[in-house]
Amino acid sequence: MEGMMKDLKDLNFPDDVKYTKDHEWAKKEGDLITIGIDDYAQDQLGEIVFVELPEIGTGFSKGDEFGSVESVKAVSEIYIPVSGEVVEINSSLEDAPELVNQSCYTDGWLIRVKPAQASEFDGLMDKPAYLDMLKG
Amino acid sequence: MRYLPHTQDDIDSMLKVTGHGSLDDLFNCIPDDLKTKQGIDIPESLSEWELNAHMEALASQNIACKTYTCFIGAGSYDHYIPAIIPYLVSRSEFMTAYTPYQPEVSQGTLQGIYEFQSMITELLGMDVATASHYDCGTALAEACLIALRKGGTNNKIAVSSLVHPSHRQIIQTYIRPSGYEMVEIPYTKEGLTDVAALEKMEGIAGIAVQSPNFFGNIENLKAFKTISDAKNSLFIVSFTEALAYGLLKNPGSFGADLVAGEGQSLGIAKSFGGPGLGLLAGTRTQMRNLPGRFIGKTKDANGVDGFVLTLATREQHIRREKASSNICSNNGLNAMTAAMYLATVGKTGIKEIAQQNHDKAAYLKKCLSASGFEPAFDTPFFNEFVMKAAKGFEEKRKTLVRNNCIFAGMDLEPFYPELKGNYLFCATETVSKEDMDHLAKEVKS
Repeated sequence: MEGMMKDLKDLNFPDDVKYTKDHEWAKKEGDLITIGIDDYAQDQLGEIVFVELPEIGTGFSKGDEFGSVESVKAVSEIYIPVSGEVVEINSSLEDAPELVNQSCYTDGWLIRVKPAQASEFDGLMDKPAYLDMLKG
Repeated sequence: MRYLPHTQDDIDSMLKVTGHGSLDDLFNCIPDDLKTKQGIDIPESLSEWELNAHMEALASQNIACKTYTCFIGAGSYDHYIPAIIPYLVSRSEFMTAYTPYQPEVSQGTLQGIYEFQSMITELLGMDVATASHYDCGTALAEACLIALRKGGTNNKIAVSSLVHPSHRQIIQTYIRPSGYEMVEIPYTKEGLTDVAALEKMEGIAGIAVQSPNFFGNIENLKAFKTISDAKNSLFIVSFTEALAYGLLKNPGSFGADLVAGEGQSLGIAKSFGGPGLGLLAGTRTQMRNLPGRFIGKTKDANGVDGFVLTLATREQHIRREKASSNICSNNGLNAMTAAMYLATVGKTGIKEIAQQNHDKAAYLKKCLSASGFEPAFDTPFFNEFVMKAAKGFEEKRKTLVRNNCIFAGMDLEPFYPELKGNYLFCATETVSKEDMDHLAKEVKS
C-alpha cells in the first residue's frame, strides 16, 4: 500500500557498497568514492521532492553535513561517510529528485568524492554489520 | 474562521473530560511563584455608550491624517482606500486574530493568499513571493540573511545609506548576533547610492538598494546588478512605496535575486505607523531559501483544484533548529487587504494612480521652488523629493501643524545630519492642487 514503509526483508542492500549509521552508502570506484542514501533511508523519507548538494570542490571531514534531502514529510540532513573533496555531483537530481526513490544505488547517487585517506572507507559497515544495526 | 470564546458550559464539559475539578486544578503544574496572587487591576466595566465616549476622547488626542493635509511619506504613505476594501476585509471570515491554514476549513483564506502571492510576483517581476512578512524592514533583514548564509567567506552585506533608516536599524539588529557585518554604501551629490564606492568594497555577500530610495530618487538598478554579478553576490532590491511599480520597470527586469518591500500603500491605513505589510519575493533559485509561508495550488483526491501550505518542510515547526528563520507566520489580514486593493484597481488603475502621484509630486516641487525652496537633487523621482528650505522654515512648519492642519515635509537632519535645513516632501493622489497651492503660499519667504 502506498505510504506504508517496507519490512527490512523487502529492502535492497547490495553487497558491493558500505553503509553508515545515518543510512548513507559509499562505493569505491577506482580512486573515487560514490555516495548516496540507501534503500532504508529513501523508504523512510517517502516521496523525495528536492535534493540539496554541495558545490564541486568543497572539502568535508567524515561525518560533516554535506547537503539535505527534502521529502513531502521532512527535510533530512545527509552526512558524508568519508573525508574528502567533492569532484562530481549528480546534477540530474535537480530536475528529477525522484531518481533517489527509484534507484538509490545507481541513477540516484548523490556525490563523488576524492577521499582524503583510504582507511576511512575500510572502516565503514558492510552489509551484515549494517543489517545487524538496523535490527537493533 | 470565526473566533468564539469558551462559555462556562464549554469549560465545565472540557474539565469533565480531562478529569480536573477547576481551571486552577488544570494549571497546577505551573509553579506557584509564577502565578499572580492578586486579581487583575482593571476598572469596572462601562456601558457601550460610556465606552464609545471614552475611546473617542482618547482617539481625539491623536493627530490623524484624515483631518490633516499630509506632505510626508518617508515609508508610510497617505493613499485613498476604496470603500469596498474595508467592507470586504472586515468580514469576520477574514478579520480574526487567527490565520487559519487548515486546507479542509480554509480554502477561502488560502486562495486569497495565493492570489496575493501571484499578484505580488507580477508587480515585482519575480518568480515566487511568500505569503507576506511583518513589514519591509523585517522582510529586508531576512533577505540580507539569505545572502549572508550563502556567502561563504564573504560575510558582509552592503546596504545603501539611502535604504530607510529604520530598516537599516532592523538589519543591524538581526545580523549583529550572527557574526556578520553590515557596511553602508554612501550616497552621491545626486542623491543616489554611490556605485563607485560599492565597486571598491570587498567580501560582499549581498547588495541591498532601495528604489525609489529614501530621498524619493529612482536608482539605476542595472548598474548594481552588474556589480553584484562581478562580486558573485546576491542583488536585493527594497522599496517603501509599492505604488511606484505601477510606473517603474520592476526589480525582476533588472535581475534582482530578492525583493523586499513595504506593501502599506496597497490599501492599508497608516495606523500611526503600523502594522504594515512585508513583501518578500525571489527568483526560483531562491525559493527554498525564502523564510515564511507559501500557499500553493494543487488538486485534491477528487481532482478538484485546491490550495494548501506548501514547502513547509523548510519551516521551524518542522525543521526545528535547522530552519533558516523563526518566521512561521504571515501578516494575513494585511496581505488579504493588499490582494483586494490590487484586484480593485487592476493593471490600468495602478498605473493611473502611480502617474497621478508622480504628476502631483512634480507640481508640488515646482510650487515649492517658486516659493523660495531649492531642490536638493536634480534626479528623477517618484512621489517624494528633497528640498532645501529657506531660513525660518522650521518655525513655520511647526505653526502649520498647530494652526493649519498641514504636515509640511519631514526634517532630514535627525537621519542625515549633513542635510541640515533639508526636508523630504511627498505628494500622493490624496492631495489636491488647492492643497499644494495653499502650502506654497503659506511657506513663501
